[in-house]
Amino acid sequence: MSTQPLLQVEHLRIEFPTRRGTLVAIDDVSFHINPGEVLGVVGESGAGKSLTGSAVIGLLEPPGRIAGGRILLEGRRIDDLPPPEMRRIRGRRIGAIFQDPLTSLNPLYTVGQQLVETITTHLEMSPAQARRRAIELLAEVGIPAPERRIDHYPHQFSGGMRQRVVIALALCANPRLIVADEPTTALDVSIQAQIIALLKRLCREHGAAVMLVTHDMGVIAETADRVAVMYAGRIAEIGPVRQVVKEALHPYTRGLMGSIPTIGRDVERLTQIDGAMPRLSAIPRGCAFNPRCPHAFERCHRERPDPLAVGATRVACWLHASESMTETGEAADA
Amino acid sequence: MLAYVIRRLTSGLFVMLAVAFIAFLLFNFVGDPVNNMLGENATAEQRAELQHKLGLDQPFPLQFARFVGNAAQGEFGISYRNLQPVSELLEARLPATLELSVVAALLALALGIPMGVYTALHRDGVLARLCQMVSLIGVSIPSFLTGILLILVFSVTLNWLPSFGRGEVVTLGGWSTGLLTASGLKSLILPAVTLALFQMTMIMRLVRSEMLEVLRTDYIKFARARGIRERSVRFRHALKNTLVPVITIIGLQLGAVIAFAIITETVFQWPGMGLLLIQAITFGDIPVIAAYLVLVAFLFVLINLIVDLLYYVVDPRIRIDRGVVAL
Amino acid sequence: MSTVMNSRPGVLARLLDSDLWYQFSRSPVTVASAALTLAFCLIAVFATWLAPHDPFDPASLDLLDAHLPPAWAAEGSANYLLGTDDQGRDVLSAIMYGSRVSLLVAIAATALAMLIGVTLGLLAGYFGGRLDGLIMRIADVQLSFPTILLALLIDGVVRSALSKELHDTLSLYVLIFAIAVSNWVQYARTVRGSTLVERSKEYVQAARVMGLSPLTILRRHVLPNVMGPVLVIATLGFCNAIIAEATLSFLGLGVPPTQPSLGTLIRIGNELLFSGEWWITVFPGVYLVAMVLAVNLLGDWLRDALNPKLR
Repeated sequence: MSTQPLLQVEHLRIEFPTRRGTLVAIDDVSFHINPGEVLGVVGESGAGKSLTGSAVIGLLEPPGRIAGGRILLEGRRIDDLPPPEMRRIRGRRIGAIFQDPLTSLNPLYTVGQQLVETITTHLEMSPAQARRRAIELLAEVGIPAPERRIDHYPHQFSGGMRQRVVIALALCANPRLIVADEPTTALDVSIQAQIIALLKRLCREHGAAVMLVTHDMGVIAETADRVAVMYAGRIAEIGPVRQVVKEALHPYTRGLMGSIPTIGRDVERLTQIDGAMPRLSAIPRGCAFNPRCPHAFERCHRERPDPLAVGATRVACWLHASESMTETGEAADA
Repeated sequence: MLAYVIRRLTSGLFVMLAVAFIAFLLFNFVGDPVNNMLGENATAEQRAELQHKLGLDQPFPLQFARFVGNAAQGEFGISYRNLQPVSELLEARLPATLELSVVAALLALALGIPMGVYTALHRDGVLARLCQMVSLIGVSIPSFLTGILLILVFSVTLNWLPSFGRGEVVTLGGWSTGLLTASGLKSLILPAVTLALFQMTMIMRLVRSEMLEVLRTDYIKFARARGIRERSVRFRHALKNTLVPVITIIGLQLGAVIAFAIITETVFQWPGMGLLLIQAITFGDIPVIAAYLVLVAFLFVLINLIVDLLYYVVDPRIRIDRGVVAL
Repeated sequence: MSTVMNSRPGVLARLLDSDLWYQFSRSPVTVASAALTLAFCLIAVFATWLAPHDPFDPASLDLLDAHLPPAWAAEGSANYLLGTDDQGRDVLSAIMYGSRVSLLVAIAATALAMLIGVTLGLLAGYFGGRLDGLIMRIADVQLSFPTILLALLIDGVVRSALSKELHDTLSLYVLIFAIAVSNWVQYARTVRGSTLVERSKEYVQAARVMGLSPLTILRRHVLPNVMGPVLVIATLGFCNAIIAEATLSFLGLGVPPTQPSLGTLIRIGNELLFSGEWWITVFPGVYLVAMVLAVNLLGDWLRDALNPKLR
């Protein structure tokens, strides 16, 4: 079995032409996802996580456009495919789950009709077979009495149930990768854990990798194998989840970790990162985080940090220049 | 389902009663019915007699009840102008107006909906932009002007089509139709187009804007994310979701056609109820005005009811309110 | 790079830098419509000075000049650029004077409708309860009837109720009233919706606790938030009003004959259509359409500009 990554994003750049000039929303972002693994993509609102997800599934909304870089799925480029071919990939090779299950489902069609439609679009099956498959899927995602509920409309399901249906829809053609954009944010806290657990279990069973986009670090810590921390359209740090959570290398990540209240910790105050993420039109020179960074020094204001490898993690921060090598193998503080 | 229908019916009834009340007030208190009918030189005796005959000497609620009772049977008294029973006048004119309205409405729908869908799907195409421009002009021209301009071009200059009247008319049962004669059809063309034009542009703009909204929704995005064919996305999903909310408004528009027919009938001297109304207003013929009011209100309530029922059939969210099964 | 300014730039500077102005100045169509609308207003206001003749002064009319086609036609005369009608009235001047009446009625009717609608909407939204129910009930019922029909019926009924002399003096006001009453609903609904939203906001609740009178709260807090959509409705309502007035005048039920509007002119021309004298109808018609089109375009642009979703 090849160890080629399932998804490779290389130097992705997404721009938005506006009347005040071109805004760069995603600036030289690179990462990969291995088959079957869960990559968490975490960051504040506006950091660019959802945009990255949209670009991967090829549904970037105009006027946004991919202005540079490549996206490869199983070694083949997909960012420059003509629309009909990209459509075939969507659903079949890459599935997607969005934030709000209520608005993700067409209110005028039954759940069964939407499932069967998706199945028959991608797989060679008769409608009867597709319907049986749909009922199986509903059972898999934990909908009780699926043979009855398959003919219900979306508004007859509760929020958690709807998201299960959405998961079933995303998985029904057996894609290799699922892009999940804030799948639990719109749900009750009590349901969130259930849905995340379901997602993780099903993806493991179906052998699908997951790109889990969320601002909730707790979900990442529980579910992901690796995590990418995004800031102002760039990746600050990317590495195995345990490493990043326990020993964050980037000051921003450290701030993030410190700001999460956990039961085991006994702290007087949660860490707060002063200031706010810069607007896209006003990203500082050098490292985007430098105005807020307690450890910023001269080089941070001048030069944008390359991703530096430190063990299994890659971090874009000059603080680690001495202990790392750049990707080209040179010593970083040359 | 039953509850829904009953609610709608009672709402309609309420409206009808309100309108009937207004019509009744008109009838009895605007001007002096007795004077209007008998003229100024009538004697006191004749007045008293007519007053009694019209029931004007009875208490107010009784008069209203009588009015409603009569109205329900289509009995509206005598026209001041023609001295004919109002119901007869209306009956004679109804087919003309209805034929014109229905043909115009069908025309407006048949052209307006597809054009709306097309201009939404091909937002930036040349044809779409052209349609947009034409529709904007269409909405800015009052319908009487359209009629006049059409007459100018097709009747006066080109002499292709007649500009007034209904042409030859065939009577089937109680209904006189102009659809079965060549001259009848020719006479129908210009008025129907005039009437349809305004409605058509409104429908087109409505469908377009609604469809654009729908195309921006999450469920369309999700359908695309699932790899559904673009044609299906557009016509199985977007179109259906567009038309459902648009049904009510289209229904109201069609009701409006009947009202706008007034103008078209005047321009083309089309012998319908609308022309009758204008003549009645100019003359101060209260019974006809009151009758028209009630009749039109009835038609509107009926159309609204049908549209509501249609909505019920088409939108599952209204149909199934058995509540949500939670887990 | 952001710099901290010590004082806010003046209102004009802010306006010119705003999104609104940017979108406005970049759209040639919108600028053209705005210019056209302005031109129409100026023509109407200064008609007395701009018009080459006074078409409503019987003394200045010359029957020998009647039935003249426009200046570029064979028997036309440069004196009457757009021709004359059957009484020798100059069409161009008649249009200018007529547009004055049309605009006056439309502006007055729109303003009145806005007044009624916004007030009722504010009351319904703020006080809720039975008042809200009643107002919305009436609104719903009224909405199911087309406005032109309502205007027609109101005008017709009042006309029948008044004596002839009284009617002639009041008909302009009756017309304005009829159009206004048939058009208030849109304002009321929108304003009510916004009021409901604002009412539940904390700063309004705080204001109530502080004892500010409802009037002040409505005026200072709710109203400014609601003016954007109201303006959009007003432009479209204005177009409706122009068309309604023209239609009613065309039907003989609008403005009195002593103050002819564009609709009246078109009606006069209509009767002469078959004798080939098209100019009496067509020119006022084109002018009317141009007016409505210009305001419609402005309204469209305004709606897009104020719609946050489309930005």
